[in-house]
Amino acid sequence: MSVKQQQSKEAALEESGVESPLYAARAKIYPQSVHGRFRQIKWAILIVTLGIYYFLPFIRWDRGPDEPSQAVLVDLAHRRFYFFFIEIWPQEFYYITGLLIIAAFALFLMNAVAGRLWCGYLCPQTVWTDLFMLVERWIEGDRRERMLKAQQSLTVEIFAEKLLKHSTWLFIAWWTGGAWVLYFADAPTLVMQLITFHGEPVAYIWIAILTFTTYFLAGHMREQVCTYMCPWPRIQAALTDEWALNVTYRYDRGEPRGSLKKGEALRSTGETAGDCIDCYQCVHVCPTGVDIRDGLQIDCIQCGLCIDACDTVMERVGRPTGLIGYDTEMNVQRRLQGLASLPARIIRARTLLYTVLIVGVGSFMLYTLLTRSELGVSVLHDRNPLFVRMSDGSIRNGFTIRVTNKAATSRDFHLAVQGIDGGQIDSPPLPHDENGRVIINVGTDQTAEVRVLVTVPKDLAQHLADHDDHAGQDKSIDIKFRLSDPDTRSYVAASDHFFTP
Amino acid sequence: MSDDHTSHVDAHTGTTTTGHEWDGIRELNTPLPKWWLTILYGTMVWALLYVIAYPAIPLWQSFTKGVLGWSSRGAVNDDIAALHSLRAPMVAKLASASLSDIEKDPLMRAFAIAEGKAAFGNNCAPCHGAGAGGSKGYPNLNDDDWLWGGTLEQISTTITHGIRSTDPDAHAGNMPAFGRDGILKADEISIVADYVRSLSGLETEKGADLKKGAKVFADNCAPCHGDQGKGNMELGAPNLTDAIWLYGPEKATIVEGLTYGRGGVMPAWKDRLEATTIKALTVYVHTLGGGQ
Repeated sequence: MSVKQQQSKEAALEESGVESPLYAARAKIYPQSVHGRFRQIKWAILIVTLGIYYFLPFIRWDRGPDEPSQAVLVDLAHRRFYFFFIEIWPQEFYYITGLLIIAAFALFLMNAVAGRLWCGYLCPQTVWTDLFMLVERWIEGDRRERMLKAQQSLTVEIFAEKLLKHSTWLFIAWWTGGAWVLYFADAPTLVMQLITFHGEPVAYIWIAILTFTTYFLAGHMREQVCTYMCPWPRIQAALTDEWALNVTYRYDRGEPRGSLKKGEALRSTGETAGDCIDCYQCVHVCPTGVDIRDGLQIDCIQCGLCIDACDTVMERVGRPTGLIGYDTEMNVQRRLQGLASLPARIIRARTLLYTVLIVGVGSFMLYTLLTRSELGVSVLHDRNPLFVRMSDGSIRNGFTIRVTNKAATSRDFHLAVQGIDGGQIDSPPLPHDENGRVIINVGTDQTAEVRVLVTVPKDLAQHLADHDDHAGQDKSIDIKFRLSDPDTRSYVAASDHFFTP
Repeated sequence: MSDDHTSHVDAHTGTTTTGHEWDGIRELNTPLPKWWLTILYGTMVWALLYVIAYPAIPLWQSFTKGVLGWSSRGAVNDDIAALHSLRAPMVAKLASASLSDIEKDPLMRAFAIAEGKAAFGNNCAPCHGAGAGGSKGYPNLNDDDWLWGGTLEQISTTITHGIRSTDPDAHAGNMPAFGRDGILKADEISIVADYVRSLSGLETEKGADLKKGAKVFADNCAPCHGDQGKGNMELGAPNLTDAIWLYGPEKATIVEGLTYGRGGVMPAWKDRLEATTIKALTVYVHTLGGGQ
């Protein structure tokens, strides 16, 4: 029973002076099979999306001998995320923020164009529920049979069917969990480990979690996830506008509804009769159990299956199809007033804005990804002691420096200190180049941490201390560490301070 | 109230009532959901099994141990043992390698520095400071001035046996209390203090007789600190000509040292730390920046 039907029932009860119960048990939904254009589209999307999900981890991508060869890999152990040619380090997590922004605007755009396209066709909850319903239909039969069996007492045959259905569901759910963990390790290796029971416990735990959630959400919770758990229907209802196409019952054409015979009789006498013959096919095929003829409602995921069901019926009774279809409430109203319906306006300020934002954020991300520096340096000054006085009176500061090499080759970087003339930089036992810069080797796609000592001769230290601008405060000089790659002539710099007594 | 609570069925909901009735309002007999009850009973069974299996009930001076024999202290010991076995290959390598080899090998060096840093924080930081920066009377280990020597072997000896500790092999040798013991008079102490300051180029008091100070120094201080005041690592006598002062360069501080003597104590660590830990500590201290 849809929320709307529930509400109307409660209203009716209250009007008649009876208090309604606080809690209504879920009315089980037995969706009927349906054929048609939207069903075909949904099957195609189901095959493509599940195909991507289950098989993507097996796609290989050559990154060189020291790098994983999996196209899409979340390498938690080494803190890397690989996506084909893109490699993201933990400190570049803002790319995920960008992706989430794009995802949000894509959702808004879909909504502005044609309502709940995401919910009806693409949402994992919809796709897996669709698959689970298919299994249910294959094993237990279509709507009527299932309803009949639900009322019968348990026989061996019904029990066997139930057992088969739940085992198949669990198998699909287990496979879903199994595919999930393949994104976090080398897929072929992990598959072998899992088969021979040599996998990490964490892999089995995640498979178990995903098995449970898939089985429970797609097998048992189904439309309740969309109606009660998901926030998107609420947000979507607030975001929709009069131009957004939605799965709409064209009540200007359908009403007054009545039986086929009654309608024909009315028409033969020249009276008006609606095209809706009140056959309830649209309700029976609905995976969330709503009556589309009640208008837009929060528990309608707009999957379009009622369009297929209604078109089939209309063809059979010889009326034009499209009694239910993608349309706007505005057009229905216009037709009721005898006006021509307006053509769909997909390009309007709103959709343009969303598109511009998606393209803008996307191209900005792509630009920064393609032009990002392949080396990095960060500095941490020793906290204790801030400075060390050497026996000859010179002053030394210690720093911990982390050098990042994102390139696919091992490189020798040169580290120099700037902003302090006469400052000497050392990092024993690392060698110096001819300009007194420290040479740091960092392996392929790795970081290296080195302790660096910067020493200033006595006279200079004294001079710096005497001419300090912030007298009375910490006596410090701004310095810069410059890390350069002599081969590519690229460099990065990081600022810090040099402290004197 | 009537007792026939099974017979009365509420017309609206179709549920039986408990028979409790107040002013015509009846209480519906809605039993707790089965899944809820199952979980409730499940937790009871779980609690019972838990009490049997694990330490649970406090007794007068003890507690029930549980049939599994688990204890939190035992769990910690297991974790520590697991950590030791994880580190065992590197520790064994460290034990057999010489100090200079450890410092040359990048892997051993990194391991020794990591272990040395942890051991330093636990054992040495209270006196020498978390970053080995030292304080008055406690040497800064980052600089290149060493009272008892800054080579790997010398550092290792100092850590192992300590300074003026109870260990018979400890470094010994005190700065005598020249003033308190009546060896030098107050004016002699003042004048030699000025002379000592002049050795590292510090200002001296106006009219200080540095020649006389030099004479006092040669007679009393040179045996340990050397004729030039360069110090003597064998005796732990500091170099008085450099920029580093263990107790401070002020004249009053030097006079205080001359009058009452000096003799800081460092414990011997050989009975408190494992040999490999001392090795790691040695490498860590040596690599702080001032090692010789």
